[in-house]
Amino acid sequence: MSDDDHHRPIPPSPIEQRVNALEELLTERGYVPDGFIEDVNRAYENDIGPMNGAKVVARAWVDPEYKARLLQDGTAAIGELGFGGPEGHFMKVVENTPGVHNVVVCTLCSCYPWPVLGLPPKWYKEAPYRARMVREPRVLLAEMGCPLADDVEVRVWDSSAEARYLVLPERPNGTDDLSEEELAGLVTRDSMIGVARL
Amino acid sequence: MGTGRPGSDVRRHRPRTEPDAHYLSSSYYEHWLTAAATLAVEASLVTREELEARAGGPFPLSGPVDAGDVNVPRPHQARFGIGDRVRVRNLHPPGHTRCPGYVRGKVGVVTRLDGEWSLPDVEAHSPERIPEMLYSVRFDASELWGDGQPGVTVNVDLWDFYLEHA
Repeated sequence: MSDDDHHRPIPPSPIEQRVNALEELLTERGYVPDGFIEDVNRAYENDIGPMNGAKVVARAWVDPEYKARLLQDGTAAIGELGFGGPEGHFMKVVENTPGVHNVVVCTLCSCYPWPVLGLPPKWYKEAPYRARMVREPRVLLAEMGCPLADDVEVRVWDSSAEARYLVLPERPNGTDDLSEEELAGLVTRDSMIGVARL
Repeated sequence: MGTGRPGSDVRRHRPRTEPDAHYLSSSYYEHWLTAAATLAVEASLVTREELEARAGGPFPLSGPVDAGDVNVPRPHQARFGIGDRVRVRNLHPPGHTRCPGYVRGKVGVVTRLDGEWSLPDVEAHSPERIPEMLYSVRFDASELWGDGQPGVTVNVDLWDFYLEHA
């Protein structure tokens, strides 16, 4: 980008103009409470994201009773750690084991457990992932860097209705000495969607 | 157990009633914008003319939908239990549904009963709410695709209305 470009104000794109028009009109008429949009933006930028899911996973790794509650009633157990809200009203947690690998997709749109994972990555919302994860999950998982042995069962969860799914990854070997907080630092977003192993 | 969030299926449905050319050439969040604006216009919060005047150009909206009468049974007891073999009815509703096309006509096994939730096919098109049992149904990949993928299941959450005994 040249200096000239840098200093020239960039006019809003047509879609930005439409977003602004809708937001301004609704705000002027009192349908948008003061600070509402800023609060939502701030929450999803700072407070809501995969670090929440990582805390849930780490707690399940260190506390067998918590893990049992988590698998029995995901919504309540996740709520114990203070996480809930939109797209987290009915949570199911599915556990990876040496013989079972779980992976989550929404073939109809992009349903995703916001309170524990934040907003979905771009690829999760796009047609190739949504089509291929149900059609050829082993091939797609291998392409995404998560090859699975033939004797590992693959369970694909199409979260297109009410339940939102969180994968409980296996605890990596050699982590016996780590604290719960250190364990949470090992847990990635992709491992909780099920497109990676730890 | 709740019966779904108010309006959630109205919002989900709207993006898919945009004119085809606009839908296919739009980004993901542009669909959300179009849906939000359509709902605001339908609720008489703003008019399309006001939106276009403010945006300084055209403001595409989703079209109206004639879904016809969604012919569903009245609320009833859950018809299936865990372990039951079920076939997904081959319905092709003109309006909204959350029954994915790839499982229609296929046979699976009920693995969970998730309580009653508002049937989206009705909720998207009317103020009526019909709570029905929602099941998790496990399909073998071999049933869905017939290509011999070993050890793959696809699990789909389906309302009672979508299913019949297999």
